[in-house]
Amino acid sequence: MTALADEVAAVEADGLGRVAAARSVAELRLVEQELVGGKRSALALLNSRLGQLDVEERKEAGRSINAARSRVQAAVADRAEKLAAGERAARIEAERLDLTEVIERRHATRGHRHLVTQARDELEDLFVAMGYEVAEGPEVETDWYNFEALNMPPAHPARSMWDTLYVRLGAAESTLLRTHTSPVQIRVMQSQPPPIYIVAPGRCYRRDTPDARHLPVFHQIEGLVVDRGITFGDLAGTIEAFTSAYFGPNIHSRLRPSFFPFTEPSAEFEVSCIFCEGRGCRVCSQSGWIELGGCGMVDPNVFAAAGIDPEEYSGFAFGFGIDRCAMMRHDIDDIRHFIANDIRFLEQF
Amino acid sequence: MRVPLSWLRDFAPISGHPADLAAALSGLGLVVEGMETFGEGLGDVIVARVLATRPHPNADKVQVVDVDAGDGADLQIVCGAFNFAAGDLVPLAPVGARLPGGMQIGRRNVRGQWSNGMLCSGAELALSADGEGIMILDAELAPGTPLTEALGIAADVVFDLDVTPNRPDALSVAGVARDLAAHLGVPFSIPELPAPAGGEYGATVSVVVEAPDLCPQFTGTVLSGVSIGASPQWMAQRLTLAGMRPINNIVDVSNYVMLELGQPNHPYDLDRLPGGGLLVRRARDGETLVTLDDVERALGPDDCLICDANGAAVGIAGVMGGASSEISAATTTVALEAAWFDPVAVARTSKRLGLRTEASVRFERGVDPDGVNRAVARFCQLAGEVAGATVAGPSVDVRGDLPRPARVVLRTSRVNAILGTGLSPADVSGYLQPIGFRSTPTGDGDFRVDVPSWRPDCEREIDVIEEVARHHGYTRIARTMPAITKVGGLSAYQRDRRRAREILVGAGLSEAWATSFLAAEDLARAGLPPDAVEVENPLAAEESLLRPSLLPGLLRAIASNAGHRRPDVGLFEIGHIFLLPPPGEQLPNEPEHLAVALGGGDAQDAVRIWNVLTDGMRLVDVALETTSLPGLHPTRSARVLAGGRPVGGIGEVDPQVLAAYAIEGRVGWFELDLGALLASPRRPAIHRPISRFPSADIDLAFVVEETVPAAAVERTLSRAAGDVLERIELFDVFRSPSLEGERSLAWRLRFSALDHTLTEDELTALRLRAIDAVTSTHPARLRG
Repeated sequence: MTALADEVAAVEADGLGRVAAARSVAELRLVEQELVGGKRSALALLNSRLGQLDVEERKEAGRSINAARSRVQAAVADRAEKLAAGERAARIEAERLDLTEVIERRHATRGHRHLVTQARDELEDLFVAMGYEVAEGPEVETDWYNFEALNMPPAHPARSMWDTLYVRLGAAESTLLRTHTSPVQIRVMQSQPPPIYIVAPGRCYRRDTPDARHLPVFHQIEGLVVDRGITFGDLAGTIEAFTSAYFGPNIHSRLRPSFFPFTEPSAEFEVSCIFCEGRGCRVCSQSGWIELGGCGMVDPNVFAAAGIDPEEYSGFAFGFGIDRCAMMRHDIDDIRHFIANDIRFLEQF
Repeated sequence: MRVPLSWLRDFAPISGHPADLAAALSGLGLVVEGMETFGEGLGDVIVARVLATRPHPNADKVQVVDVDAGDGADLQIVCGAFNFAAGDLVPLAPVGARLPGGMQIGRRNVRGQWSNGMLCSGAELALSADGEGIMILDAELAPGTPLTEALGIAADVVFDLDVTPNRPDALSVAGVARDLAAHLGVPFSIPELPAPAGGEYGATVSVVVEAPDLCPQFTGTVLSGVSIGASPQWMAQRLTLAGMRPINNIVDVSNYVMLELGQPNHPYDLDRLPGGGLLVRRARDGETLVTLDDVERALGPDDCLICDANGAAVGIAGVMGGASSEISAATTTVALEAAWFDPVAVARTSKRLGLRTEASVRFERGVDPDGVNRAVARFCQLAGEVAGATVAGPSVDVRGDLPRPARVVLRTSRVNAILGTGLSPADVSGYLQPIGFRSTPTGDGDFRVDVPSWRPDCEREIDVIEEVARHHGYTRIARTMPAITKVGGLSAYQRDRRRAREILVGAGLSEAWATSFLAAEDLARAGLPPDAVEVENPLAAEESLLRPSLLPGLLRAIASNAGHRRPDVGLFEIGHIFLLPPPGEQLPNEPEHLAVALGGGDAQDAVRIWNVLTDGMRLVDVALETTSLPGLHPTRSARVLAGGRPVGGIGEVDPQVLAAYAIEGRVGWFELDLGALLASPRRPAIHRPISRFPSADIDLAFVVEETVPAAAVERTLSRAAGDVLERIELFDVFRSPSLEGERSLAWRLRFSALDHTLTEDELTALRLRAIDAVTSTHPARLRG
């Protein structure tokens, strides 16, 4: 034992005692500083004397200083954890509150329904007024409801029309975040016989990079009508009725051929540009029309999957974005406002 | 699909204003996403010869160029490109010219040097996508010649069509022309070409198909005497307008035929094809091939390969060729492949390799099985014209089972029943005939319809009805409304949910919508257990989990609002949360939750909102049970019971969690399973009589041990006061050092009877009963 080693042992013993005696995290940090924290700390000062020793002694003493330092640091960490837990426990205890000890207060502010809710409620009400009910379904769906029952068997090329997010449940790619509200069509047709007049609003998901026009999470509303004698003319009339009711009497709709696996004939529907009322402006690229959604007559294969006889019943379905309706109505240029929850945005509506 | 108007006119006498034609195409479902004019606005641009180039004295990103614009004089131009040398011919936009993009050329001083015009790139002239360097022109041209004349450019219009996956026929110029001609009522025809006749040598290529299921038809045709060079301007221009880069005359003919007829095809250099033949087989496990794009592709038995006669792979069938037998400047003999590959197999291979090509897209959607030989004939004709090729021998055509186009029963009655139209049988067949659907009447307005080979998507009556609707015009179908015999409405739950929203809005809260996704670390940060449904293929780390609670989303909203100096916002959200499914079930448990977050509010503020909500929803069997809950302040939280069952938690967010979100101050909180809450017992909305007689108040203050919740004392008071109690309100809480472990709670009780004014004696008795009930039930005493 050298004199230095003795000193190291003494500093360590004293240090460990002081660490154990520290009453608060703040006090402990002071002790730590004095023992091991930087050039002027006790162990650092001892370390600086190593140079006076010969090689063998220096190695030996260096090792013991390092060992002492790590023991002190471990003790500090250990003690810090205990003290922090204790301090939190004390604070938590001091803050104990009887939740029911509530004195009522008057308040005089108003809150705000989210714009997407407002659009959704208004759209629901429009269709309810036409005799529809509102149906809902899960956001996590099976592949069968989201694709297969909608006339897209496995490996069907049309599946690539949607960038799908899958979840880790069940067999690989068997469970997914619904890419549209259309699975609700199948669930409704399975659970009740025609006549069916429903709209199904809700959250949908796509594997999209967020930008001003896209979010991986968005809101859609789906319509499904199944009854005797339903025609494409009924579809066109219903779209027109909803368009003028929601956007205003000067706003009209038109259908043009498109493709969806679950409808045939299929159509895209456009509404007159609500900014220029069809005269042509920058928003509608001078066309006077803005594309809003997809629709069509329910494909016989979809009826088959849902157990409905396509010779007895016919039907139509349509779907479009709720967020997009709200964006058009309120001149919102970035869909990300809808999930940013900035109160300065929310309280405007 | 980009379609030049001039090309459409090769097949039908299409006239009319381009904007009207665009509207017609859109109306047919070939939606025009963009329309470009080409070769317009080039009238001012001329050919100029570069005389000399020299560095700019004050700038190194540009150089100074002298050109001869045809008048023999030196014209000084400052130019930012360096890809030319003295003697080259280049396009010059002189001072005063206006370019296709609208740019007006003026005389400019560039750091002390005058620039009297601009030398142009292909992109600046809207002639090509090449914006890298100045366009170098044919050395034979005379300076001063107008550029349009020098290049033989004809003005054209390009329609950029969004072709839906069900229309493989519209991935060809001819297919688009057929649809448009039918709509316009003008004749359409694809010129008939003779089958390539055997040449003088009778040379053929050997063809062996070992995988007839993946490749039901394969043709090989030899063309000799090929002279590789640049394509003529008209062909290069059409390819460019259609979005393809001209390469050399043979490759361009191949692309031209694909774009025109929709039949992908592949020319090989026969001399670089060992064994002088082609063989089609499945790939072997672990086999690899370097494709034309210089990427080594790993293949397997599901993939179909094109090989040389020795079995070495030279291309992936229907997707992309290999590098080894590519057409080069030295090619003189071409072996042309034109085949029909199984759409499902091509789709599978293309998807697995992540390799989508013009060819794979067409094969995947289904090319015309009757169109292979026509494409071969067209290739031979064009290769003869532009590359001097002659057909060396008859095509070798190996055929197996090609799909037969459908034959469909079409009822006019069904057409009208689905569309809501009043079409006659003649109307129906009249719409179908010009697009190649041959309809044979079978009586009663019914038809047997032979679907053309280029429409593999039409297999059923309903598919043909769509064709009738398209050519009749969707917008001409009269609008009607279904005769609904049902009364619509919201479900009880949907009405209640709206009511809950209104109550919270009325209480001053604003509604938030947070994303359903969380990052993995969000759970620990919010003090929540680590169990959550995982997303298999998230695009970003913040989308790895589905939220098991609304807490992280609303805390983020509180924090970001605090960052905008709005720390005191009150927010609520109603949305689905996702819990791992019970064993044996596939879908997660997905209850709809309601959560409230009060920035700067404490647990009691949360309870105030809760009280408003329960009162508004007329919930009667609800209680708060003090306990610790994940993410919440351990001594300031309670479990919410409704109908005796736990439905959520209430209190304050744990300070540790708030620190993790960098939120200062407190956050009052509750989160509930909305469905479970609303399913608990409710007070019926039945009128309770109101007293006509004056009411009387009694104030009672008790010193109560801290361990006893105020609500417990209040319940005792209410019960003791009985049905003459009109209302009860806690109006004062008082603590002082002299009341150690206790506090004083003061209530105001308001009494009234329905049938008389309460007397002093009655009130005294009520007072005593209330005091007695409290002091005998709780560790409490009346405050003197």
